[in-house]
Amino acid sequence: MTASISINGLHHSFGDFHALKDIDLSIDIGEYTVLLGPSGCGKTTLLSILGGFLVPSRGHVMIGDKDMTRVQPAKRPTTTMFQDYALFPHMTLKDNVAFGLRMRGLGKTDRHAKADQFLELVGLRQDGTKRPHELSGGQRQRVALARALAVNPDVLLLDEPLGALDLKLRRSMQDELKAIQREVGTTFVHVTHDQEEAMAIADRIVVMNAGRIEDQGPPDRVYRRPCSLFAANFMGEVNQIPAWRDQGGLETPLGPLPLSHDFGDTEQGVACIRPEQLTTETQEWSLGTATVIDSAFFGAHYRCHLRSDRAPNLTLVAYLPPNAEPKAGSSLPLYADPADVSLFTTPDTQEAIA
Amino acid sequence: MRVIQWVYLAVAFAFIYLPVASLVLFSLKDGNLPLPPFEGPTLRWYQEVLGDHQLMAALGNSLLVAVFSSLTACTLGFLAAYGLARHVLPGSVFMRGLLIAPMTVSYLIVGLGLLIVFNQLGIGLSLWTAGMGHVVINLPLCFAIIYASMGAQQQNAERAARDLGANEGRVITLVTIPMLAPAILAAFFLAMTLSWDEFVIAFLLTRFDVTLPVEIWSLLRSGLSPKTNAIGSLVFLGSVTVVLLLEIFLFGRRRT
Amino acid sequence: MTMASTSTRRGWGFMAPALLWTTAFFVAPFTIMLAMSLASLDGRELIWSLSLDNYHKLFTQPYLTKAIWVSLQITLTVTVISVLLAYPLAWIIAFRVPKRWQRLVLLLSILPFWTSYVVRSYSWLLVMSREGMLNNAMMSLGLISEPLQMASSRFATVTGFVHFFVMLLTLTIFANLVQLSPNYRRAAVDLGASGWQAFRHVILPLTLPGIMVGAFLTFVLCIGDYITPQILGGNNELTVPQVIMMQLGRRGDFPLASAMSLVLMGLVTLAYIATARWLRLDRI
Repeated sequence: MTASISINGLHHSFGDFHALKDIDLSIDIGEYTVLLGPSGCGKTTLLSILGGFLVPSRGHVMIGDKDMTRVQPAKRPTTTMFQDYALFPHMTLKDNVAFGLRMRGLGKTDRHAKADQFLELVGLRQDGTKRPHELSGGQRQRVALARALAVNPDVLLLDEPLGALDLKLRRSMQDELKAIQREVGTTFVHVTHDQEEAMAIADRIVVMNAGRIEDQGPPDRVYRRPCSLFAANFMGEVNQIPAWRDQGGLETPLGPLPLSHDFGDTEQGVACIRPEQLTTETQEWSLGTATVIDSAFFGAHYRCHLRSDRAPNLTLVAYLPPNAEPKAGSSLPLYADPADVSLFTTPDTQEAIA
Repeated sequence: MRVIQWVYLAVAFAFIYLPVASLVLFSLKDGNLPLPPFEGPTLRWYQEVLGDHQLMAALGNSLLVAVFSSLTACTLGFLAAYGLARHVLPGSVFMRGLLIAPMTVSYLIVGLGLLIVFNQLGIGLSLWTAGMGHVVINLPLCFAIIYASMGAQQQNAERAARDLGANEGRVITLVTIPMLAPAILAAFFLAMTLSWDEFVIAFLLTRFDVTLPVEIWSLLRSGLSPKTNAIGSLVFLGSVTVVLLLEIFLFGRRRT
Repeated sequence: MTMASTSTRRGWGFMAPALLWTTAFFVAPFTIMLAMSLASLDGRELIWSLSLDNYHKLFTQPYLTKAIWVSLQITLTVTVISVLLAYPLAWIIAFRVPKRWQRLVLLLSILPFWTSYVVRSYSWLLVMSREGMLNNAMMSLGLISEPLQMASSRFATVTGFVHFFVMLLTLTIFANLVQLSPNYRRAAVDLGASGWQAFRHVILPLTLPGIMVGAFLTFVLCIGDYITPQILGGNNELTVPQVIMMQLGRRGDFPLASAMSLVLMGLVTLAYIATARWLRLDRI
């Protein structure tokens, strides 16, 4: 089963602290949504409100077409996969997975058959009689997933589900999570602070900061054309170049920026460009020459720090192709496609222009 | 330096075991005074103890009081710990203090207070009144042990169970109690050993049926006797067996 | 909000049995005892009043005043000696006994703890009596020519107490020592401290709260104990619990017994205040 989610005018505060402000969010049926942001941004609070562990100070949560704002966790069509998995240590894996079905009054044979089915789904069919302490971290994570899915929720909520795993395991579990989500078709809402994880897994990324949604959309859009400076920064490395309006065009310390639009009401802001979008091959926007300060080899690219010859105070980061072999001290011409540039006013307003 | 430490350990053990050793040794003496020189050995004092109906009745009474008072103390302690740890309550610090308070008061005073109340209310003294006294002294202990072991791990598991549709009763019986079983059992057995061996409260609050420590006390009044040694040795042996079994089966398992 | 108040109501429900029990059988008796200590006795007739006569007696009747002093002296002596003897023992078990034997040695060192409390004092009577093991052994070794009078004295009471509390304190101090990261000691030694300095400036301060908890427990249990002084102490001097029991048994003087009990609690409170900054009972 699966359902859409719609959140309207949500506001939540803990005493004087406003954890969530004016949240509006729609999630489609069967969508894999990732709530992404630094710790304290409100993403876990939002997940707790979706799961029914918190009642928001203001606003509404609709799951499917029902208002769930004040419904208890047990009565909601949601289940939560907890950060520490919260497996019951005194029960076998099969009993863990069957627990929700037992609560729904299913007989022993039926619920064990169903539990086997879900253990199969996560590849642990053979281990049904083991107990949680006999498992590795990745296996526990799978059992928690099977347990949450076994009750056929419309929406599965995942609270930093991969946080306890090491990097390599985390990457392989991401693929698995996504594959399982495709198979069961349930709407997944997943909380993380790892932007790579978000990009690997999400249909829709919701970037949050200080209790607000900064940006939301498909990963490639949010990465390439972020709606706020914060989103641009959080999604990956970015070069921020000061820019201001000058005689009908845009001027930067690195030379004029050939763009048809500008900051609108404001006079100045920053032009943002990703390191991999800086190139040594001729493009429409010329940033002049730059001196390589240092470079490090990353396999797919060299990551270089560059000092612009036009503006020596400005250090740029560029990912240059492996065959470029940039040497410290050498001089390079730099170009970019103006279409790759995002413009933002000062960080105070953080409003996207592009 | 090393040698001094081993000597210290040996002397300390000698000091710790001196009374137990003389207790057990002279329980086997074939004579009327449990003092040197040793003669025997004989088991006749043990026969006498096992044939003493009054002592055996007291032993049964002690077990009864210990089991029932510990069960009550554990149940009340668990419920209070659960309520305090899992629900939002105003004045929780004060209530925690109130529940712990009897721990800092001498058993003698607890017993005296209850004796005054029972006298004033005209309630006759019996094994029941002694048992009630034992619940008063063991409740803080059971509460503290169980409350201390209610960590975040259980709380998360309880939350998961509730999320999967369990109501509070089933959360408690299927998740909380099984997860806290080691702490609850530890609290129960500690309460058992304390109640089983408690003298002053039992002395003040029983009348015709008495518990074992009270019965041994009245034996002492007739002076030194190998029979007292024998009953003392038996109690020691019994307690040590229970302690060793607990160590092996309950607490030993947790380490692996 | 509705959810919070449901939770509060349920919470009260869970707390209620324990709270009621403690109130009915601890708080109420204590309050009545307080009132009783202000009452007086006319023959065997109890007269409720608000008089401080019983407290006045504590200072005017020499045997009562003396009992308070005796109790305090014995308890303080026992507490200090027990800590001083138990610390090295716990230390040796924690750091000198090989790891695989540690649990066994600890278990053995507190095994006699499970002797019946009454029987334990009786056993010391056997050991210390005129014809007992100790006199017997010392005479045959030629250390003494006449048997020593050891039982029925303060020495015997203190020995009996120390025996019990050394075991208790060894357990608590051991638990404290082993949970200490060995890196504290290593760091101190690495920074140039001698073994003694590392102990004095690092280990001792870190284990002090544990010691104080044990010492306070010793104080509470020792000052309120009736059996040990009654069996081992003889008739020369009485402690407060002995006096209380005497009032109850022989004279049925509940008012005076209540007043003495409150004095006992006052002494425990003083001990609590003296050690409060290490105890933090509120963290239990």
